[in-house]
Amino acid sequence: MADVVATNETILVVGGGISGMTAALEAAECGKQVVLVEKSPTLGGRTALLYRYFPKLCHPVCGLEINLRRIRGNRNVRVITMAEVTAIEGRRGDYTATVKIAPRYVNENCTACGACAEAVSAEFPNPFNYHLNATRAAYLPHAMAYPQRYVLDPSLIGTPDAEKARAACKYDAIDLEMAEETLQLKAGAVIWATGWQPYDAARIQPYGYGRFPNVITSVEFERLADPHGPTGGKLLRPSDGKEARNVAFIQCAGSRDENHLRHCSRICCMASLKQTHYVREAHGDEGRSTIYYIDIRAIDRFEDFYQKVQKDPTVKFIKSKVARIAEDAQTGHPILHGVDTEGYHRYANEHDLVVLAIGMAPSVPAGDVPAEVIGDSSGFLEAAAGDGAIFGAGCATSALDVNRSVQNATAAALRAIQVVNKVARAEGTA
Amino acid sequence: MSDLNTQAVERYRNNFLKEVEENVEEGHWVKMCMQCGVCSGSCPFGPHWEHPPQEIFMMIRAGKRDEVLASDSMWMCTSCYNCIVRCPRKLPITHIMHGLANYAHRLGIAPKGQPTREFAKLFWDNMMKKGRVNEMKLTIGHYFRNGIGAGIKEAMAMKDVGLGMLKAKRLNPMELAGGHGLKDLKGFHAMVAKAKEIEDRKKGFVK
Ligand SMILES: Cc1cc2nc3c(=O)[nH]c(=O)nc-3n(C[C@H](O)[C@H](O)[C@H](O)COP(=O)(O)OP(=O)(O)OC[C@H]3O[C@@H](n4cnc5c(N)ncnc54)[C@H](O)[C@@H]3O)c2cc1C
Ligand code: SF4
Ligand code: SF4
Ligand code: SF4
Ligand code: SF4
Repeated sequence: MADVVATNETILVVGGGISGMTAALEAAECGKQVVLVEKSPTLGGRTALLYRYFPKLCHPVCGLEINLRRIRGNRNVRVITMAEVTAIEGRRGDYTATVKIAPRYVNENCTACGACAEAVSAEFPNPFNYHLNATRAAYLPHAMAYPQRYVLDPSLIGTPDAEKARAACKYDAIDLEMAEETLQLKAGAVIWATGWQPYDAARIQPYGYGRFPNVITSVEFERLADPHGPTGGKLLRPSDGKEARNVAFIQCAGSRDENHLRHCSRICCMASLKQTHYVREAHGDEGRSTIYYIDIRAIDRFEDFYQKVQKDPTVKFIKSKVARIAEDAQTGHPILHGVDTEGYHRYANEHDLVVLAIGMAPSVPAGDVPAEVIGDSSGFLEAAAGDGAIFGAGCATSALDVNRSVQNATAAALRAIQVVNKVARAEGTA
Repeated sequence: MSDLNTQAVERYRNNFLKEVEENVEEGHWVKMCMQCGVCSGSCPFGPHWEHPPQEIFMMIRAGKRDEVLASDSMWMCTSCYNCIVRCPRKLPITHIMHGLANYAHRLGIAPKGQPTREFAKLFWDNMMKKGRVNEMKLTIGHYFRNGIGAGIKEAMAMKDVGLGMLKAKRLNPMELAGGHGLKDLKGFHAMVAKAKEIEDRKKGFVK
């Protein structure tokens, strides 16, 4: 990795989701040098784990594919995966970042032939399916992974399986001696695009996530609907593997709540409206979706999307934040208790499966960013302290959909470009 | 008493929310309610009372003064705090419920004969006599509130509990004869009077 060349005119982008990729590409396509640092073994971030995108219900694959092609075709972007930025020192136009790179145990020779995965039997919970299933400990994160290079999970190292994997590789791509590396990189500006993570649903105690198997989160539901997911695209509920036809969606699970996240996560109303389509796709007129909500916030121009879902006779809306969930011990059906705001009627409704429209929290709270930055009350990144050139992009700054993330990341790229342009002028290289 | 009510009506006209904000304990929180329904769904008393907290808060904003103040709903609150711990807006719901009950009582328009209200009055009068609660007298006063016949019936139904408490020395039968009180009863009464004076001034109940 010692071949990474970076100067004060380099832009460092941290986080390789849709926002980080966008920011990196916008800057690189303007001729700037960019280093893109991603913590996981692949670019793509959380959008790669969605089944379909609102508003057009297209597959995330196409949007990602376009960006990956741009990255492959651009010599100004250097991508470093399995890497984290542990410190950023210096000031606007003159930063030094410390980057820690975890061993992948697979080098550039890998052709993604998959022989190593066949050779090993050890498995570990698959992070790219939100741990809903297990995957071989020699693996490719997902079909869209970039780089298209396998990874050995650290749990494999030192076991006979590691040797089996190495023996199976015909391309001399497995290097069991690989160790953690640390790099120092120069940069004139930093774009912080580490994205979001689902709020810890188990903390919403009355909903029983973790206690009742048939209470899952919206991100898990995306994986169930995906043909590449743990159930091959079938909406099978966890307790007994039966098809879930009667699905409840609970809005604001963890959001707009002083006991959890204070902010409105902004996309989860649209996500649940979208997910009613998954139920319809799986079961047609036999499917049942019920959305329990405080108020539906179909952000920006998506009101028409909402209206279309309202017209679907298989979708019911109940204006009420569910108070608590119980479980029918015999059937495993979750039972939702609450009071309907329209008329103050009590209900105790049984469903096959409950999907919590889980809130979005920053994946790296502003307080944990290894640089001087200012965060809002939810930990989203607002700005660098003083006149620093550390710019937030995408969901690191707020709960945003992909469209907004991309806009926001483009703006961050522009700010960073202005900084390195100034450095270039001062150094006489412009 | 009822002129307090007339005064309040004149003073606030149609702005019942403002009246609540200025006179009811924690009343300034009412406008923060976003009508999500969690408190109503969490209240163990839910099925048994007319208006759950969420509805009471909406009625306040809708200016339904008479319906709210004459309602027995807030008298049903058992202070279990289920609603408070779950309210996404952190409204001190329990305190508002008790504040409303207290305000209705002060105005003299709380529901007559409402059992928790009657018991609260009994408790207060009992305590004011000697500065301590005389449990023997309180219990008997409570059982016999509806006359001798009903009292005997109720006392008989509870006799095992009562005997158990006597055995465990949780009830002292000697207290029936007078009972012991505070040393400085006069000081105690003065203190309560002062507290009431301060509260009246704060809440605008000046005579
Ligand atoms: C249930 C659900 C459904 C959704 N559906 C849609 C939809 O249909 N349409 C839509 O437009 N939006 C949807 N969204 C929103 C969408 O997921 C986000 O807008 C998008 O993921 C934002 O991209 P991002 O790059 O900002 O963040 P992320 O996708 O979170 O990417 C951040 C990247 O940074 C990396 N990273 C994290 N920490 C570090 C670190 N310390 N160092 C280096 N790298 C790090 C992560 O590994 C990740 O690759 C949905 C969200 C949810 C919850
Ligand atoms: S590491 Fe070797 S065996 Fe495994 S996918 Fe890559 S080339 Fe194939
Ligand atoms: S977008 Fe909808 S579900 Fe998500 S927090 Fe906002 S109101 Fe709640
Ligand atoms: S839980 Fe809080 S915000 Fe929700 S209806 Fe009750 S008082 Fe209002
Ligand atoms: S504290 Fe009172 S209002 Fe709140 S849930 Fe308990 S009984 Fe109901």
